[in-house]
Amino acid sequence: MKTIEVPALARVEGEGGLYIGLENGKAVEIRLDIYEPPRFFEGFLHGRFLQEVPDITARICGICPVAYQMSSVFALENALGIKITSQVRALRRLMYCGEYIESHALHIYMLQAPDLLGKESAFEVAAIAPDVVKNALRLKKIGNAILSAIGGRSVHPVNVCVGGFYQWPDAGPLKKLLPDLEWGLATAIDCVKWAMTLPYPDLEIDYEFVALHHPDEYGVIEGEVWSSKGRKLSIKDYEKGYIEEHVKHSNALHSHTVDGSTYLVGPLARLNLNHEQLLPAAQKALKDSKLKLPLKNPYKSLIARAIELVQFYEEAIQLVKSYKSEGPAHVELKLKAGEGAGATEAPRGLLYHRYQIDDHGLVTFAKITPPTAQNLPRIEADLFALAPKIIKMPEAEATLTAEHLVRSYDPCISCATHFLKLKVEEKEK
Amino acid sequence: MDKNKPSVAVYKFSSCDGCQLSLLNMEDELLSLADAVDLAFFIEASRATKPGPYDIALVEGSVTTPHEVERIKEIRQDAKFLIALGTCATAGGVQALRNFADAGEYAKIVYDHPEFLHYLPTATPIAEHVKVDLELWGCPVNKAQVIEVVVALLNNRKPNLPLYSVCLQCKRRGTICVLVDKGIPCLGPATIAGCGALCPANGRGCYGCFGPFRDANVPALTEALQKVERYPGETMRLYRGISGNAPLFVKAADAILSTSKETK
Repeated sequence: MKTIEVPALARVEGEGGLYIGLENGKAVEIRLDIYEPPRFFEGFLHGRFLQEVPDITARICGICPVAYQMSSVFALENALGIKITSQVRALRRLMYCGEYIESHALHIYMLQAPDLLGKESAFEVAAIAPDVVKNALRLKKIGNAILSAIGGRSVHPVNVCVGGFYQWPDAGPLKKLLPDLEWGLATAIDCVKWAMTLPYPDLEIDYEFVALHHPDEYGVIEGEVWSSKGRKLSIKDYEKGYIEEHVKHSNALHSHTVDGSTYLVGPLARLNLNHEQLLPAAQKALKDSKLKLPLKNPYKSLIARAIELVQFYEEAIQLVKSYKSEGPAHVELKLKAGEGAGATEAPRGLLYHRYQIDDHGLVTFAKITPPTAQNLPRIEADLFALAPKIIKMPEAEATLTAEHLVRSYDPCISCATHFLKLKVEEKEK
Repeated sequence: MDKNKPSVAVYKFSSCDGCQLSLLNMEDELLSLADAVDLAFFIEASRATKPGPYDIALVEGSVTTPHEVERIKEIRQDAKFLIALGTCATAGGVQALRNFADAGEYAKIVYDHPEFLHYLPTATPIAEHVKVDLELWGCPVNKAQVIEVVVALLNNRKPNLPLYSVCLQCKRRGTICVLVDKGIPCLGPATIAGCGALCPANGRGCYGCFGPFRDANVPALTEALQKVERYPGETMRLYRGISGNAPLFVKAADAILSTSKETK
């Protein structure tokens, strides 16, 4: 048996490795090993007061803390049976715009693009195309500036609470961002054009796409869980469609549908299911790109991210323009025992939370299903599909192609500690 | 590469990645930083790595697995100057809440097969395992402080880091005391400055994510906080939070727990 082993991946968030076993030109075993240590969030959330939850769950991920805050506050608000105001909802979307912008700009330019440009890092890209990297950093900085203006800081912002926000952020610093946001929108449109010129490896997969869908807006918060196979579930029924289980080689849980099949969450799923809800500039960027949907090439999720970059710059402009710091910033909470589920679209895909609380507002049960847990079985299945191709490649190219595939998912296993080493062994049959 | 440039290695232990991200979030300074130092080992940013030894090691995260216990020793051997970056690396981080519970029970709550996992019963700071040359607190670290530390090292001077509490930062920015004025429980008097007093400035209490201010009058603060608790046990939970494994906060929470046992 021939094996391809990747002890650890670079330019991803977390520690993960890869093992591929091949026999007669076919993959017989593939594993994506997650050895990012378990931290037991759902364990130590027990007994915490509900208003502490968004501060704690933020710490699951430094790159998408807003997603973890948002899914938890929606779930807890559902448990208490409270409705947020439309103004709070709009500011939550604006905050999410900031997170999508910083996270996507980071992934497009600094994590994935070096693979497509034959470079090891964005620093190397900067040596040949300084303007691309300077623009990338500015795009990313503006996303972080939105987060800081609303939440004090971009990593683990402090203003989100169950019921709304602790207080309205000052309108001044947000409005001041408008010229930057306009620049960002124009640059994001150029980013889509540039993304279309990059040389993506050929790979088409017949995915089941799963994403939140909202009839009136590009699905990010609230809505229904839609699948490209036609399954439509309310958020509270999510667990009736999708199951998470623990597999031996991994410290992450793996998800599959109730039918036992793998599915894909993230930018490809969102774009394919929700492109009709894109705002006009993003619609136009999609149309001008002449992309055919559904987009089925995992490497091309970079293009989907670029189109979303347009969407979220465009939406941020609208939301900043209409922002007013008036009225109550949060709904006053009346504590009671209950259970609630919440789901939002993290930049990497659907993020589901469910909590039970007692009548003092203390958590008695917590369940968190992150996007990467849902995508892990799908990444492994993609590597199966890729295996016959890479086995014929020279070792360095095979390594890079497999690595690039995993990176294109933007897996949130948070940054790796060893660089990827590919070991190909030909054993006697 | 340039032999005059100090080499820098960045490592991740158990953490959320946010402190490393703070490095990548130096959008205005990142390219100058990459110019001023040799980023020899920074896996989240680059596939290209150079072998050690390194002049500076930045370590994010706490030690939570048997493998990490071994790894941090190797990293120490490879590093001239080791910086523990962020509250996980300096106090154990939020995952150190397991230190006050049964980690095995937590594992059972989260995983169907806890027997598959390799973990330690505690999450501990880097300094419990190897000598640390400088600790930079914060969840996440303040990137201005990271820049200050790097610049200080490059210029062979001591970094200028605050030695006072969050309270002073509130005074400086003109934020009215949330504890005194609104009766909102706030850990600011016992927390080291560094964040810029973000929580009080956002109308809420500090939750101590930058770790303890060592000269704090903890018993007096505990008494003041207990008077304004919004739910039973709030003061104890404030201490036992993101920086809950920092010795001063451990002691403060334990003191409350032992008093409440006595009164029972």
